[in-house]
Amino acid sequence: MTDAGSAVPILETHGLTMRFGGVVAVDNVDFSMAEGELRCLIGPNGAGKSTFFKCLTHQYKASAGRVRFRGADITGSHTYQIARRGIGIKTQVPSVFDGLSVHENIWVAARRHHGRREANRIVDGILERLRLDHLARRVVGQLAHGERQRVELGTVLTGEPELILLDEPTAGMTHEEVNQTTDLIREINKTTSLIVVEHDMQFIKAIAERVTVFHQGAILIEDTMANLERNQQVRDIYLGKQHAA
Amino acid sequence: MTTLGIDLRRWETWGTILVVAVMVVLLFAGPHIFDLFTLFKVTLFVAMSILALSMGFIWGYGGILCFGQSAFYGLGAYTYAIAVGNIGESTAPFLLAIVVPAAFAALLGYFMFYGRLSDVYLAVVTLAVTLILYNFMRSTAGEEYAIGAQRLMGFNGISSIQPINWPGDGNALLFPDDIFHLSMGCLILCYIGLKVLNRSHFGRVAVAIRENELRAELLGYDVRLHKLQTFTIGGAMAGLAGCLGVNFNSFVNPDVFALNFAAEIIMWTLIGGLGTLVGPMIGCIGLLMLKFEIGQQQITNTYLIFGGIIMVFVLAVPAGLLPTARQLAERFVPALRGDESGDVPREAAR
Repeated sequence: MTDAGSAVPILETHGLTMRFGGVVAVDNVDFSMAEGELRCLIGPNGAGKSTFFKCLTHQYKASAGRVRFRGADITGSHTYQIARRGIGIKTQVPSVFDGLSVHENIWVAARRHHGRREANRIVDGILERLRLDHLARRVVGQLAHGERQRVELGTVLTGEPELILLDEPTAGMTHEEVNQTTDLIREINKTTSLIVVEHDMQFIKAIAERVTVFHQGAILIEDTMANLERNQQVRDIYLGKQHAA
Repeated sequence: MTTLGIDLRRWETWGTILVVAVMVVLLFAGPHIFDLFTLFKVTLFVAMSILALSMGFIWGYGGILCFGQSAFYGLGAYTYAIAVGNIGESTAPFLLAIVVPAAFAALLGYFMFYGRLSDVYLAVVTLAVTLILYNFMRSTAGEEYAIGAQRLMGFNGISSIQPINWPGDGNALLFPDDIFHLSMGCLILCYIGLKVLNRSHFGRVAVAIRENELRAELLGYDVRLHKLQTFTIGGAMAGLAGCLGVNFNSFVNPDVFALNFAAEIIMWTLIGGLGTLVGPMIGCIGLLMLKFEIGQQQITNTYLIFGGIIMVFVLAVPAGLLPTARQLAERFVPALRGDESGDVPREAAR
């Protein structure tokens, strides 16, 4: 879904800042994305990408700045209120209900939005879509990392959010699983806006339309992946100045 | 694909039916098989089992470690004693003994959950509140400490409390048999109610919050409100237990708020098995029977024995009696495992 030219951005931040004591993890970030867009965030470890996500979902209360979703100011909203507005997130370390089965994990998520019968129908659909049906009765705490990632994604998808934040969705996945996830993300993007944080450049190249580069908590540059690959500044922060020299 | 309801292992559903059947049989047969003294004792066990259920629910399912569940029990007991002392008829006091502790739990819970207290601080705050009540009630011996016509009586406690009567008739007091029936009926209702609640959307979300608060919130659940509701239900049940418990000997004193009693409730739950409903009841009845026996023998200190027991359980049976028995049964009887992988969801079956 490429509707990047849409007039009202689905998400905007103005001067978003997150300080931990003297450390500025997110530094005055002005970010905007259009409805239907698939935006990738890249940057070295510690660049502030995950902290940026946590500020957007109010897991961290931002030190300064505003967040707007579909034009509405959600800066002071609680995490659950932001979720109810239509922002879903898959966290970097899979955040799932470890003691529950795969089926129960997704059912609890689906039941938040739907009645019992409809929730059961949706869970069956999600399990099939994410190829989790053979694991439905397994306790999530016993699953491999990649499988837990899919379970978490399943819980997010049940709510049919308008914007999904994916923090390293392919971490710990096999090559085949990464390919499947690539297809899945493209499919999700037909109906949903996405922001994806990833380190896997092949994966980024496969899905990205526009890429935002984070460096030391701030946005360094925004461009297409092809242009960024040729950008000396980006190569410097990823590979180090020694390489550039 | 199966639904949550069908995820339940059939044998555990039968287990629930068996537990209810045993309680129903006891409800009707109790007065015929126990002598009067034993019936009094069993009535107290039943009341305490409701308290154990409340703890099993909020801690085992809601993940809320309340070190002051005895406070709600005590509030229920005192509310009944004070109200019935003023009103002289037990219908309203019986209801107040549920409502007042529930309201107190809601108020306390509001500050704790909306203040985002973490688990450890929550345990400390609930214990501190209990001990404040203990010290306050001990200092109310003076004549000025009275609510209406009922004096609080300080550390001496309130005695000669009017027993529960048939609704609307203050002169038609319940006999010990009737109080046993009432207590047992309340226990059965509480048990079935919690079973239904735990299998409902509310119960599933409570367990999900226990497992991962952040994920529940990221899915759009208001964790604070949900925990507050769970805590309030637990408070109401503990208050009911207090009301029934006070009818055991028509007496209540500040010891219901003491540290010993607060710790005992935790021990019942740990020994019986966290995350189960029957487990805390088994732990409660077992420890109370032991307490009675030790009290009669006068050989050693009860809490010295309890300390030893809890150490043994923490080291050797950390999951508690019921979950350990279930694990053993599943190991030796493959049919109980549910499916071949043995990876059946645990939560829905408790």
